[in-house]
Amino acid sequence: MYTQTEVIKDTTTAKGAENELVINMGPQHPATHGVLHLVVTLDGETVKKIEPHLGYIHRSIEKMTESLTYRQFTYVTSRMDYLSAHINNLACAMTVEKAMQIEVPERARVIRVLMNELTRIASHELWIGAMAMDLGAFTPFFYAFREREMITEIMEDSCGARLTMNYMVPGGVMHDIHPDFQKKVKAFVQQFKDKVTEYEDLVTNNVIFQSRTKGVGYLSKEDAISYGCSGPVARASGVSCDIRKIYPYEVYDKVEFDEVLDTAGDSFARYIVRIKEMNQSIRIIEQLIDTIPEGDFQAKTKAVLKPPKGEFYTRVETARGELGVYLVSEGGTTPYRIKYRSPGFSNLSALDHMARGGKIGDLMATMGTLDLVIPDIDR
Amino acid sequence: MTNEVLKEQILTLEPTATFDETGEWLNVQVEPAQWKELARGLRNSAMHFDYLFCLTCVDWKTHMTMVYHLSSTSHRHNIVVKAKVDRSQPEIETVCDIWRTAEFHEREVFELFGVVFLSHPDLRKLILTDDFEGYPLRKDFEDPINMIKL
Repeated sequence: MYTQTEVIKDTTTAKGAENELVINMGPQHPATHGVLHLVVTLDGETVKKIEPHLGYIHRSIEKMTESLTYRQFTYVTSRMDYLSAHINNLACAMTVEKAMQIEVPERARVIRVLMNELTRIASHELWIGAMAMDLGAFTPFFYAFREREMITEIMEDSCGARLTMNYMVPGGVMHDIHPDFQKKVKAFVQQFKDKVTEYEDLVTNNVIFQSRTKGVGYLSKEDAISYGCSGPVARASGVSCDIRKIYPYEVYDKVEFDEVLDTAGDSFARYIVRIKEMNQSIRIIEQLIDTIPEGDFQAKTKAVLKPPKGEFYTRVETARGELGVYLVSEGGTTPYRIKYRSPGFSNLSALDHMARGGKIGDLMATMGTLDLVIPDIDR
Repeated sequence: MTNEVLKEQILTLEPTATFDETGEWLNVQVEPAQWKELARGLRNSAMHFDYLFCLTCVDWKTHMTMVYHLSSTSHRHNIVVKAKVDRSQPEIETVCDIWRTAEFHEREVFELFGVVFLSHPDLRKLILTDDFEGYPLRKDFEDPINMIKL
């Protein structure tokens, strides 16, 4: 029988103070959903410190963008947060439209919002499945993917891709929606409403799930703001930060929906916020699906886009939080500098603070409810 | 608060600050030496800029500019603060004790632009490997092996 200190002597990864064990979690770990490398310092089972090591899929999208034209650079952003591809594209398209003062037709605006909300639901569906799997429940994954598959098919029809869609372009959307779009979306809405109670039975009201998430990974309101958290992570701590509400874009000011807030600040609150957010997205879709205006789906723009000299900033709400696009234009055909303020990057920075003092097993729940997408963090 | 009120309050905190209102939000230009004091004032005064939503740097070939986008969650106003730093020896005080999100963002700017953040608690590379040479987001950076410039 080893005592703890003796074990440390035998372990090559060990360093630091007595009774402390340093463990490398990742870069390949089932719970990180991508190549995230966490160096976790443990005292027994208690987490002392977490140090994220990033960059395993850093592609330097910001540098790449400096040599792409304003028509090309939106496509690269689908590969940042691949679960919010439409919303990333929209942020870029909106930045160019803002800079060049392009008026987007009403039809395109409505289609954009519909696509965004479908994306948000699809992203949250995948998150439920993946997070439940992190906590040891396998079945929710299949339930979630049953509905998500319907959205994926809708995307395939209209955008030609099931993942990393490139549909939003400066001036509108790339082409018109598929003739079956409305029919399929309505079928999806009906299916979702019928089946969402199954999630409640299977996950929300599950005693094991509740005891593994309640009170775990607490984040206070002040800390959430200070760490720059946004999206469901911040809203579960009571920070009102929904960009769709605060700085409405496209047609979000014309539809009715509630900003979902919770004050508990723990993993369970973050779960509840996402579930309720899906219902709000369904509400938005229902209001718009029957009233897609007729007309053009794209504004007439010049072949070569040349925004004027200046600095432009666009904020949108992705499934993970606030995405910011900071464009510095020198009046040329390519951006002088682009900065993507990605939600995952800031949310990840709070992980150390949230997991400190908790158990290593709880780290799964905390990390799971942060909903990290690694390409979004590395860019 | 309107831009006029913000300007007045910022001037009481930092009389040397200059303004530019051509953009969407009020732009404030400060000297790097004065930035830390102003930052503390912006966070703690009635303006209550508690949310640093973007921190980045722009390389202008002759100099570099640190850009801070600030927002207030209670008043809902935004400003942009800019500080010009020397390109050969870029240095500026850290603000990660005021807004904790700055810790990661400053590490990112440090490795991609080479800006040194004074009194930062843990200024190491975050994304790139430890032995990586050069600052990729500077305009004069060339990498013959991995062509990221088309």
